[in-house]
Amino acid sequence: MTAITDMPDVPRARRRQIGNPVLRWLRANLFSSIPNGILTLVLLAVLAKGVIGFVQWGVANAVWLTPANDSSACKAARGLGACWAIIPEKYRFILFGTYPFDEQWRPALSVVLFIALFYLSTRRALWRRELGLIWIGVLALISVLMWGGLFGLSFVSQDRWGGLPVTLILATFGLAFGFPLGILVALGRRSKLPAIRSLSVLYVELIRGVPLVSLLFMASVMFPLFMPSGFNIDKLLRAQIAIILFAGAYLAEVIRGGLQAVPRGQYEAADALGLSYWRKQRLVVLPQAIRHVIPPLVNTFIAFFKDTSLVLIIGIFDLLTTAKTAIIDPAWQQFSVEVYIFVAAIYFVFCFAMSRYSRSLEARSRR
Amino acid sequence: MTSDVRRPPPRLSFFGALGPNQLKGLFWQVLVVGIAIAVVLFLWSNTVTNLSARRITTGFAFLGREAGMPIADSLLTYNPRDSYLWAFVVGVANTLRVAVIGIVLATILGTLIGISRLSANWLLSQLAAVYVEVLRDIPLLLQLLFWYVLMQALPAARAAWRPVEGVFLSNRGLILPAIPIGSPQLWVLGTAVLGCIAFFAIRRWLVAQQMRDGKPRPAWPFALGLIVVLPAAVSLLLGVSWKIEWPQLRGFNFVGGLTLAPEYFALLIALVTYTSAFIAEIVRSGIQSVPRGQWDAASALGLRRSFMLRQIILPQALRVIVPPMTSQYLNLTKNSSLAVAIGYQDVVSIANTTLNQTGQAIEAISLIMAVFLTISLSISFFMNWYNARIALAER
Repeated sequence: MTAITDMPDVPRARRRQIGNPVLRWLRANLFSSIPNGILTLVLLAVLAKGVIGFVQWGVANAVWLTPANDSSACKAARGLGACWAIIPEKYRFILFGTYPFDEQWRPALSVVLFIALFYLSTRRALWRRELGLIWIGVLALISVLMWGGLFGLSFVSQDRWGGLPVTLILATFGLAFGFPLGILVALGRRSKLPAIRSLSVLYVELIRGVPLVSLLFMASVMFPLFMPSGFNIDKLLRAQIAIILFAGAYLAEVIRGGLQAVPRGQYEAADALGLSYWRKQRLVVLPQAIRHVIPPLVNTFIAFFKDTSLVLIIGIFDLLTTAKTAIIDPAWQQFSVEVYIFVAAIYFVFCFAMSRYSRSLEARSRR
Repeated sequence: MTSDVRRPPPRLSFFGALGPNQLKGLFWQVLVVGIAIAVVLFLWSNTVTNLSARRITTGFAFLGREAGMPIADSLLTYNPRDSYLWAFVVGVANTLRVAVIGIVLATILGTLIGISRLSANWLLSQLAAVYVEVLRDIPLLLQLLFWYVLMQALPAARAAWRPVEGVFLSNRGLILPAIPIGSPQLWVLGTAVLGCIAFFAIRRWLVAQQMRDGKPRPAWPFALGLIVVLPAAVSLLLGVSWKIEWPQLRGFNFVGGLTLAPEYFALLIALVTYTSAFIAEIVRSGIQSVPRGQWDAASALGLRRSFMLRQIILPQALRVIVPPMTSQYLNLTKNSSLAVAIGYQDVVSIANTTLNQTGQAIEAISLIMAVFLTISLSISFFMNWYNARIALAER
C-alpha cells in the first residue's frame, strides 16, 4: 500500500528543473523519495535475478538443435538449460496436428487467410455491408482448403485436422455464427413481447450461468442422445455448436449494451418514418449500436479465442491439445515447459494484437 | 410499437379488440414459442427413445447407489463406499474450497497490482503492466497445465524445498504448519465471528449518533473488546490449546501440518494469478475514474491521506469497481471447473466420472448446472446487496 501515497494525481512538491535530463527523469520516476528509492532498488534486484536466471536457462545453457529424434543433448542439459530443440522437432505436429504431412501447406494457407481476414476487419473503411460478404467468401475458401475434394485437392476428413487452424476455426466460426445469433437474442431481450423476452433471458442466463466445460461435455456426451438414432455428427462440429451457443449468449449481452446506448429519439424518428420493426433495426438502430460496442466485442472475441482451448477436455485437437500430445513422446516428455512456452507465445501474439487494437479503438472513440 | 405516435387508421380485425400491432406481436410470439416447444419436444422424444434403447432409466435414483470412485483430496470425509450423492457433496465442497479462497487471494493480489500500475515509481508500474498483459493474453487452461507441470517437476518429499522453516514444497504439494482445529477452537472462532457482527451493529449505531449531533465517537474500543478480548477470554476460560503443528518428514511423506495437494495448489495459483490480472485492470480504472478535483479538494481540506483514501476516494472508486468485480468472481468460480484437466476432483470432474460410470448424462449435467446456477446467483445476490450499500446517495 505504500505505492498509493505516490499517486500521480497527488500534487507533488515542485522539483528543480536543472541538471541532466536523464538524471532528472530517474529522480522523478524512480527515486522521488526514500521509500520509493528503496522500492526501486529491491525491484531491480529481483528483476535482475529473474532475468539472469531466465537468460541462463533459456539462452546460455539452452539446446537449440539436435539431430532428428535424438533428445540426448537435451537430457544432458536438463535442469540447467531449456530444450528448444523440441520445437523444430515437433512444430509441424503442434501447428497442424495429424493433417497429412504433404498437404500441410493447406492449413498453413488457411491460417494466413484467417489473419488476413482479421486484418481486413480492422480497417474502418471496410466497415460496410460488403465486409459480411468478404467473411462468407473467405470462410468458404478456408473450408474448401481444409476439406479439399474440389479442384484436385485430396479430401481430408475433419478428424485429421488439428493445431492452430482448428483453434482459429472454432473461434472464428464461433464469432461468425454467434454474432447474428447474439443480435437476435439481444433484440429479443429488449422486445416488448413477453414470451420472446423471457425465452431470450432464459437462454442468456442459462448459458452464462454454467461453465463452458459443462456445455462442452453436454455437446460431446448428450448431443448423440438428443438426435434421432442413426443420425450423428462429427465431434468437432458438436464442439463448434457448443461454442456458437456460448458465444451467442455473451455477444448478446454486449450488443444489448449497445442497443441501450442508442438514444430514444433514434427509435422514435425511425417510427415516425413509418419503418417496419426489422427495417428500423437494420437501418437505424443496429448500425449505431454495433459501432458503439466494437471494443467490448473485440474483448469478448479475445475471451472466447482463449476459451476454445477448453476443447482439450473433450479431446479435440486444437493448438493446446496438439501441444500436450506432442510431449507424450517418451523421448521428449520431460520438456513440456518449452512446448507450453512456445504455444503460449502463439496465443499471446494473437490476443495481444487484438487487445492493442481494441484499446486503440477505445482511445479513438474517447477523443 | 409506440402506436400512439403512428396512429394507424382504425381497422376491423377478426380479434376485435386487438389492434394490428398487437396481432402481429401475438403472431410472432406464438410462432417463436411454438418453434421452441417443437424443438424441445423433438429433442425430448429422441432422448427418451435413445435412453430406452440403451436401457438407461432416467431419474435421480442412482444418487443413492454406491459411488465406488476414489476421491484423493477432499475436505469432507469420504470413502468409495459412499453414495453418489455424497460424492457430489464432496465435489461441491472442493469447488467452493478453491473458489472462495481463490476469490479472496485474487482480490488482494489484483488490488495490489492495480495500485502498482498507478504508482509514481516507473519501474513498479511497468512491471505491473507486463504482469497484467502477459497473464491476460494466455489461455487459463494453458497456464493451469504449465503450473501443474512445474509442480510435478518439483523434487521428491525427501529433497523438498524449504523456503521458510516449516514450509515444504515438493511434488507432494505445499505443506504448511497448521493449528489443528477441533470443536474447542471452533467455539473460540465462533465467538470472534459473533463479536464481529456485534461490533458492526454497534458501529452503525455510533455513526447514526454522530449523524445526529456531530460528535465523533471512537469505535475502536468496541472492536478491541468484542473481536480480541472476548474470544481470548473464552479461549483462556476453556483452556483451548493453540499449539502449532509442524510438518515432519517420515519416510517418503510428511506427517502433520496442512497439505495442499499439487492439483489443488496448481489450480489455486492459476486461478488467482489469471483473475488478479483482470481485477488489477478493474481497480486501476476504478481509481482513475475518481476525478482529480476530488484528490485536490480532499488535500485542500487538510485531510490525512489515509482518511482521504478511505472516506473520499474509495467510496467513489468502489462504485465503478464492484459491478465488473462481480463478474470476475463469477468467472473465477466457473473457471474452477478446469480442474478436470489436471485431476482435481471438483464438482464437474465428479459429475463427469459419474456420467461415465452410470450413463446418467442428463441428470449429471443438470446437477452441474444446478450447482453453478446456485453459486452464481448467491454471488450476484451478495454483490448486488453490497453494491446497493456502497452506492453513493445522490440528491
